[in-house]
Amino acid sequence: MPGVKFTVLESRCVPLPVENIDTDQIIPARYLTTTSRKGLGKHLFHDWRYDKNGEPVKEFVLNNPVYSGSILVAGKNFGCGSSREHAVWALYDYGFRAVISSFFADIFKNNALNNGLLPVMIPEENLRNLFMLIQQHPDMKVIIDLGHQLLEIPKTGKAIRFDINPWKKECLLNGMDDIDYLLTMKEKIEEFEKKHIIP
Amino acid sequence: MVKKTLFDKIWDAHLVQSIDGGPDVLYIDMHYIHEVTSPQAFNSLRERGIGVFRPERTLATADHNIPTKDQHLPIKDQTSRKQVDTLAENCRAFGIEFFGMQHPNNGIVHIIGPELGYTRPGMTIVCGDSHTSTHGAFGAIAFGIGTSEVEMVLASQCILQYRPRRMRITVNGKTGKAVTAKDIILYIISRLSSGGATGYFVEYAGEAIENLSMEGRMTICNMSIEMGARGGLIAPDDVTFRYLEDIEKSGGRKITTAEREFWKTLHTDTGARFDREVKFDAADIRPMITYGTNPGMAMPVDGTIPEPGNDGNRDSYMKSLSYMGFKPGMKLEGHKIDYVFLGSCTNGRIEDFRAFASVIKGRKKSPEVTALIVPGSKRVEKQIYDEGLDSIFTEAGFEIRQPGCSSCLAMNEDKIPAGKYAVSTSNRNFEGRQGPGSRTILASPLTAAACAITGKITNPEEFL
Ligand code: SF4
Repeated sequence: MPGVKFTVLESRCVPLPVENIDTDQIIPARYLTTTSRKGLGKHLFHDWRYDKNGEPVKEFVLNNPVYSGSILVAGKNFGCGSSREHAVWALYDYGFRAVISSFFADIFKNNALNNGLLPVMIPEENLRNLFMLIQQHPDMKVIIDLGHQLLEIPKTGKAIRFDINPWKKECLLNGMDDIDYLLTMKEKIEEFEKKHIIP
Repeated sequence: MVKKTLFDKIWDAHLVQSIDGGPDVLYIDMHYIHEVTSPQAFNSLRERGIGVFRPERTLATADHNIPTKDQHLPIKDQTSRKQVDTLAENCRAFGIEFFGMQHPNNGIVHIIGPELGYTRPGMTIVCGDSHTSTHGAFGAIAFGIGTSEVEMVLASQCILQYRPRRMRITVNGKTGKAVTAKDIILYIISRLSSGGATGYFVEYAGEAIENLSMEGRMTICNMSIEMGARGGLIAPDDVTFRYLEDIEKSGGRKITTAEREFWKTLHTDTGARFDREVKFDAADIRPMITYGTNPGMAMPVDGTIPEPGNDGNRDSYMKSLSYMGFKPGMKLEGHKIDYVFLGSCTNGRIEDFRAFASVIKGRKKSPEVTALIVPGSKRVEKQIYDEGLDSIFTEAGFEIRQPGCSSCLAMNEDKIPAGKYAVSTSNRNFEGRQGPGSRTILASPLTAAACAITGKITNPEEFL
């Protein structure tokens, strides 16, 4: 998806303190038959969000009016499992712009970065404290500053530094896209093909 | 000379350019696509007004959402049909070879690539599917990608990637007779955890790995992603070469002299350094089953479900067990089951059907069990009939379906009902993976067969 920018995001948080949330939970396979990137938000976390009869499950955090915001805070190893980019599209379509966790699965992380959904990885201990803070102060806001690679928590005056690969950071700050870059490389790629061994 | 790992040799041979402070531009030899993760990529190509750069290095199949019955009829589910039709249309428009439903070469993408000889040693291979790691069994760098990356490869035959760290997992010694490749990989994942290899590309080595057939090696590499690894590979050897020679003999792709010379260089140099080395002893491995909702939660089939650890994930662990209807300290052997699924890109190859048949031969399926027996491809299906395995299945009360991903992800009608237990030869036991509320117990084809006979979780050792 070309040209999605991310610079600074200030928002409340939605806490989901479950570990190993796989992409089948984020978007169950039966919703993957779409040929579009849009409209998947309504199926986000479907089987946790709705019961057998399609009624909202009260206890599930997306149905809890106390919490809202465009930042999802989730337990360790978020996005493991399948490579479906639909997971990212569903999160994005629902309105999330960033996910905070202590660990992300590789493919999910790449997919998120390619779609302007920022994966913010912070140490486990900070994550646990953040969960507690959100529970105590559901309306508190945090600030994600991509340029400075900081997650700021005004409530406590703390800021947590996070890592992001420098290439993707530039892309997101400028709304650039990997494909635009690769398309400028055509000649170089053709040159490579000439001496490449594998037919 | 610098000592290199096999992974680095292949990576370096595909490096078009390194971007300063950025990722590498990596050339891709083979790009597999399927109906679910490609339509949005083709849409974007159209929006950008560009074509497919190397359609001849791209191969398409329909597998994820096709039915496994009545494939001669149009797909009933409207959106599924549209997705498959869209793929066919995209392949026509962009000049890509497509094996649609009922084509003699159709099948699960990770089964047909190898069996048709498209997957070769030393290649870089990608597909919008996490189990692309399967192809690493041939000594290739193969990994799953997202749809944006599918678009990238369609547009340029290249991908921007950071070089992952390298891990070697060595399994020394010999395995017991009921221990299959599936048990080896479930054991490894249970030891490393479902996120334990994230950020790494794994090379599998050691006697127990070398002793495996190509099918077994594919099962191992297939599940690399289930411990978070970017992919897994195995150095090609005589077993690999013989497999490719057989394809050549049966009219498939020819092996050139240059290729053969190149293949001989494909091994990790003695003394090459890995970022992490892990060693296991094959003698410690038993037939394995999972008891939770990620593949790392696995134990010997006659084992006891462990108590939760004290590392803060107690809640997630207990949530997982409660979903399965299990408790710590429980033994699962003898636990009643409802479904058995034989199939998927993990265990849907001919060898898996032979293994299953070896257990059910002369026995009867438990009337309590519903079995879904799904070949991984049309070729596997044909072979089942050619070898006469079909009569063993039918006599034991099993019905053989048509190829596809089927119950592995239940995108089609092959869903396990809520609350039911399925012993499955696939690769994921996530909540609802095989249908909303379904409870998956991952196992080898031997174990699945034993369970199908008794209707209970059963140690296959008793049947061999
Ligand atoms: S069989 Fe299962 S894991 Fe393999 S490609 Fe199909 S859905 Fe994915």
